[in-house]
Amino acid sequence: MLIEIGHFALVLALLVALVQGTVPLVGASVRSRPLMDLGRSAALLQFGLVALAFAVFMHAHIVSDFSVRNVFENSNTAKPMLYKVTGVWGSHEGSMMLWVLMLTLFGGLVAAIGRSLPDTLRARTLAIQGLLGFGTLAFIIGTSNPFDRLFPIPADGRDLNPLLQDPGLAFHPPFLYFGYVGFSITYSFAIAALIEGRVGAAWARWVRPWALTAWCGLTIGIAMGSWWAYYVLGWGGWWYWDPVENASFMPWLLGTALLHSAAVVEKRETLQRWTVLLAILTFGMSLIGTFLVRSGVLTSVHSFAVDPTRGVFILVLIALVIGGGLVLYALRAPGLETGNPFAPVSREGALVLNNLLLCAGMATVFLGTFYPLFAEVWNGVKLSVGPQFFDATFVPILAPGIIAMVIGPVLAWRRGNLRAALRRLAPAGIGALIAPVIVFAVDRAAPPAALAGIALAVWAMLGVVTDLADRSGMAKQPLGSAWRRLRHLPRGTWGYAIAHFGVGVLIAGVTVSTAWRSERIETLHPGDSIEIAGRTLRLVRVTEGDVANYHTQRAQIVVERPGSAAMTLYPERRWYPVARSQTTNTAIATNGFGDLYLALGDPDGQGGWVLRAYYNPLVPWIWFGAILAALGGLVSLSDRRLRLRLPAARGSLAVTSAGSADN
Amino acid sequence: MIRRLALAVAVAAGLAGPSAYAVEPAERLADPALEARARALSQELRCLVCQNQSIDESNADLAHDLRVLLRQRLAAGDTDRQVLDYVVARYGVFVLLDPPFAPATYILWLTPPALVLGAGTLLVLRARRRRPDPELPALSEEERDRAALLLGERG
Repeated sequence: MLIEIGHFALVLALLVALVQGTVPLVGASVRSRPLMDLGRSAALLQFGLVALAFAVFMHAHIVSDFSVRNVFENSNTAKPMLYKVTGVWGSHEGSMMLWVLMLTLFGGLVAAIGRSLPDTLRARTLAIQGLLGFGTLAFIIGTSNPFDRLFPIPADGRDLNPLLQDPGLAFHPPFLYFGYVGFSITYSFAIAALIEGRVGAAWARWVRPWALTAWCGLTIGIAMGSWWAYYVLGWGGWWYWDPVENASFMPWLLGTALLHSAAVVEKRETLQRWTVLLAILTFGMSLIGTFLVRSGVLTSVHSFAVDPTRGVFILVLIALVIGGGLVLYALRAPGLETGNPFAPVSREGALVLNNLLLCAGMATVFLGTFYPLFAEVWNGVKLSVGPQFFDATFVPILAPGIIAMVIGPVLAWRRGNLRAALRRLAPAGIGALIAPVIVFAVDRAAPPAALAGIALAVWAMLGVVTDLADRSGMAKQPLGSAWRRLRHLPRGTWGYAIAHFGVGVLIAGVTVSTAWRSERIETLHPGDSIEIAGRTLRLVRVTEGDVANYHTQRAQIVVERPGSAAMTLYPERRWYPVARSQTTNTAIATNGFGDLYLALGDPDGQGGWVLRAYYNPLVPWIWFGAILAALGGLVSLSDRRLRLRLPAARGSLAVTSAGSADN
Repeated sequence: MIRRLALAVAVAAGLAGPSAYAVEPAERLADPALEARARALSQELRCLVCQNQSIDESNADLAHDLRVLLRQRLAAGDTDRQVLDYVVARYGVFVLLDPPFAPATYILWLTPPALVLGAGTLLVLRARRRRPDPELPALSEEERDRAALLLGERG
């Protein structure tokens, strides 16, 4: 009965979405308040209904209701409770439910807290969001019904893919989808603005917090996914340029560009058209990413051809969303205000440069991801595009962006003085030159790419510090008043500083962990020991046992290091009999500056076990950096200026940006 | 790679694969220089039965066989190029993770630099077009005449 209620709520949500997607549009064009207001109620109702359906679906997983096909296929009575809950989004149907939940959540949020928006803009934004909801719900109900029943009811389920039975999975998809799908609302704002025919500082001010919110979620989601891969895969890698990773990375790149160009629209009323285009494309990339993952086209073109229903449905949805958006853009963009001019060397100029590099980087990732597919469809050539391609193309494209990222914030709006900016950044520049020299002096075998990476990382981190010191007037004022000035810098400035510093930290982590990792792979018998990175690892014993829904083999390894206390690590292997698959549970000891990473391999049949030991210096900085970047986003989000209510600019363009004095 | 697939959206359910990792101690060559070359090469070769994994990362049987094979070739004195050619001759270019620069991949390799160059050109052109500073009031007819006169006198 409960299941039917969930199913019914989903169908009802579809109908509500249809109303939300049409009535307010009409209302906005005939200026009818009641019709426009319907958009708000519908958005809230749609969210409520989807949330109800989601709750019912989750309940079915929690109580192991195997009459529901999805529960039977992805759960098992022996599965721990945590994974019964998180297993909800561990399947295709469940992840689509999470998708639509996030979509309606953003619609509901705009309806609930978007009071300061002009009526027509809000009505149109919610209508577009409603149409997106309609498309997604139709997809779910039509091709991926989570409430599909089974008869006769099986006694037990097939269990969830064991790789997904991990605490990392509990939080990675919700964050990822929050970001991924969050860009739907900036898309809706962009389309609404195109319908209205105006994009100004006020529009950017309304859109920017949403873009920031989605971006923070996506940043954390991707970082968590990478961290999860790191500790689950068992050989210490953290990014693979895999299509599924690229699927989330592409919207991130465009979203980052969007964030920055929206700031330009807000502060300087320029780049309006470009920003609208970015908003359309960012969500387009989210959809393409969904297609990539959901359609089966990844496995091969053939598996897509076997059951193309879902893939074709998403393709049609993509065509409508991106195609429709671009057609509207082509029709309306020429009518938008042209922006205020700016010199090539200016903060706007630096942001344009970074936008272009981010987009070129995105296009490169896109090309590399889809090229094997194109090549196969086009002329039947089966080829591979591996990490080597991305390292050789993406990294050089983004590197100049990192250089510009430091200079941009130091330049004035409209017309900057490059020489003066560089003079201000001299301490950072000197640091960026000295650091690689020191590293080279210590390790003559250091690869040039690693030295360049270190220079970039130091440049990014010191650049921020130098800029902050400069803004506080530390050189000219007593420390006390400089400190006060620093504290009273706008939150937006702090947000930029934290996020950009985080990028430097991330680059340091990536560079050092890639260039200076050490590895030992040996077969050990109990009592044997090996050395790695100045540590001695001794295998004490391997114990076996049955726990919950798996069989475990767990090694006890004592790690000794001269001058510090010994510690014990337990790398483990698990065999899941129901799902018939094996997982590795690595043991990682970190001190913030490096990870000792242990993975247990196969037994050799003569009492020996393969142990994979890695020492990954600075690898935690990759995630610290990503967290700092997201934190910077949150701090920016808390800037009062972003939440200030502007005088509603109905029918006039008289809204000018207020806080353009700083940042 | 199945794990990776699982990773990003966590939902590649139904696709269960072997737990994956890398080179085994027994496979290794005694000569460290040769072994280092073998490792580097095996990172460039795709495990054909896996989804998107190099033979260095995979513990599939085929990956193991290929790792042993390329070590045999290296031990027999092949250059890196010869080893790769040998493997490609048997399995096709699909096995190469680092796509070679060939007619089939011209678009792949040339697009990224073309994009950057194109975008750069666009920026420069745009900057040229926008050069006049709108904040300075335009010269009046009279001022322009005077300027021309002055410039003419100097030049």
